Amino acid sequence: MNALYIKNLKKTYKNGVNALKGVDLTVNEGDFFALLGPNGAGKSTAIGIVCSLVTKTSGMVEVFGCSLDTNSADVRMHIGLVPQEFNFNIFEPVGEILINQAGYYGINRKDATERAEVYLKQLDLWEKRFDMAKELSGGMKRRLMIARALMHRPKLLILDEPTAGVDIEIRHSMWAFLKKVNAEGTTIILTTHYLEEAESLCNNIAIIDHGITIEQTQMRSLLSRLHVETFILYLTEKIETLPDCGDYAVRMLDETTLEVDINQQQNISDIFHKLRKCGIEVDSMKNKTNRLEQLFISMMNNKKGDINEAATR
Amino acid sequence: MNLSQQLVALKTITIKEYLRFIRIWIQTVLPPAITIALYFIIFGEIIGSQIQDINGYKYMDYIVPGLILMAVITNSYANVVSSFFSAKFHHSVEEMLVSPLPNYIILLGFVSGGLARGIIVGLVATVVSMFFSDIQIHSYAVTFSVFILTSILFALAGFINAAYARSFDDITIIPTFVLTPMIYLGGVFYSIKMLPEIWQTISLANPILYMVNAFHYGILGVSDIDVSTAFIIIVAFIVVLFYFALRLLRIGVGLKP
Repeated sequence: MNALYIKNLKKTYKNGVNALKGVDLTVNEGDFFALLGPNGAGKSTAIGIVCSLVTKTSGMVEVFGCSLDTNSADVRMHIGLVPQEFNFNIFEPVGEILINQAGYYGINRKDATERAEVYLKQLDLWEKRFDMAKELSGGMKRRLMIARALMHRPKLLILDEPTAGVDIEIRHSMWAFLKKVNAEGTTIILTTHYLEEAESLCNNIAIIDHGITIEQTQMRSLLSRLHVETFILYLTEKIETLPDCGDYAVRMLDETTLEVDINQQQNISDIFHKLRKCGIEVDSMKNKTNRLEQLFISMMNNKKGDINEAATR
Repeated sequence: MNLSQQLVALKTITIKEYLRFIRIWIQTVLPPAITIALYFIIFGEIIGSQIQDINGYKYMDYIVPGLILMAVITNSYANVVSSFFSAKFHHSVEEMLVSPLPNYIILLGFVSGGLARGIIVGLVATVVSMFFSDIQIHSYAVTFSVFILTSILFALAGFINAAYARSFDDITIIPTFVLTPMIYLGGVFYSIKMLPEIWQTISLANPILYMVNAFHYGILGVSDIDVSTAFIIIVAFIVVLFYFALRLLRIGVGLKP
């Protein structure tokens, strides 16, 4: 069953802005799905419509087979939302925010209190349960919103830039938590500007730009489209001249660092072999940029080229 | 959501709203007590002693019902308008909008919060008035029903104000420029029989006049208005405002782009 099915979703605001010009999206049950796009692409509007925060102009939205038009209450029952902006009452205690949220879904106070304890402990907020939300740090507020979204045990969790402004350590702990939630059966849709986050967590991906879906595919299949990957190689010893590496495009960044482009026909182990022949050992290596980021930028540039081309015609 | 889930949700919003104003009781419950005490001292003791009896009651006693109801009206209204607008302003209202809560539960929840504050402040005002007057309640049924219905009515009005409000200025304009003049001209401090005939007729267009007079009847047993007419008008306003507020929620006025 599809966790989310969106067909030709359009939104035109009163001021005439066409935020969505026809978004199509299919998210399978159990998926960890990345919804990407530049700022202003329409991601948050699409999410707002799915979560009943924005009224659509036209198009179809179904969540686990329930239509937003005819069965909005069931749609909302299935969804947990972690929005981009903090949207809780900062003058309420942390524990109360969770218990109240559960109450809005008809969960009695006793059960809600037990669930709140579970999520607050899992997200390292238990010690803060009596504190006002305004006293939490940015990372804690993000985690509070995740806990709040899970209180009614939704089948579909939508995260709109959940790790924005969060330090790397907390981000990684949040990734681990979200992977666990997904492994337990919750379908997750993630929007993020940290593309390594999407690459590391998600199986499938859609890219929205200028209010339309320009791509929807498997993460693996999308990454395989990357023609050239650039790696940075850190050498064990200093070298004075660039070694001969045959067909490989190798550049010397400094005495102990090389940059090499590897295309789809080439193999990274070959370059190690060639360097070893020249008496050079590689200590460590890394991708110059995140692969998805590289691809995303190239897709966005191509899209802009198409738009500019169309404009000059 | 089934009925029992809806009741849990309604209870949740009501408790949340109750705790909200109790947590800040110094701003919400104490000021009306001080204000009403000042009204009694200035209008009742100092000026009131110079004024002749109205409808057979000393001026101090005559203004008791109006002052209590004034506290109920302003606090029921203020609670909902500030709470719902703050929820919009901080976007915490989205917690409810993304949930399967029916609109009428959201509305009833906020109104219950306004009613709770109206009742508590009304009781505080009653206790304060006991220090200045020793009147007996003429009809408990009329007194309590007017008390509750008026509180509900102005909680609904506060909700509508908050729905349309776009800034904090917008939630003070109506209470300052509409509500307060209507209360003052609604017979809290005088009987409309003391007015020239033309002003008596104009006063009948003020709905608060009916509530104040029905409350006067409940406590003192005297009224310038027929009490059954007053009840019809209060209930009619509640029904109209309730459906209007529900409509605003349904189309998302001030909530959905």
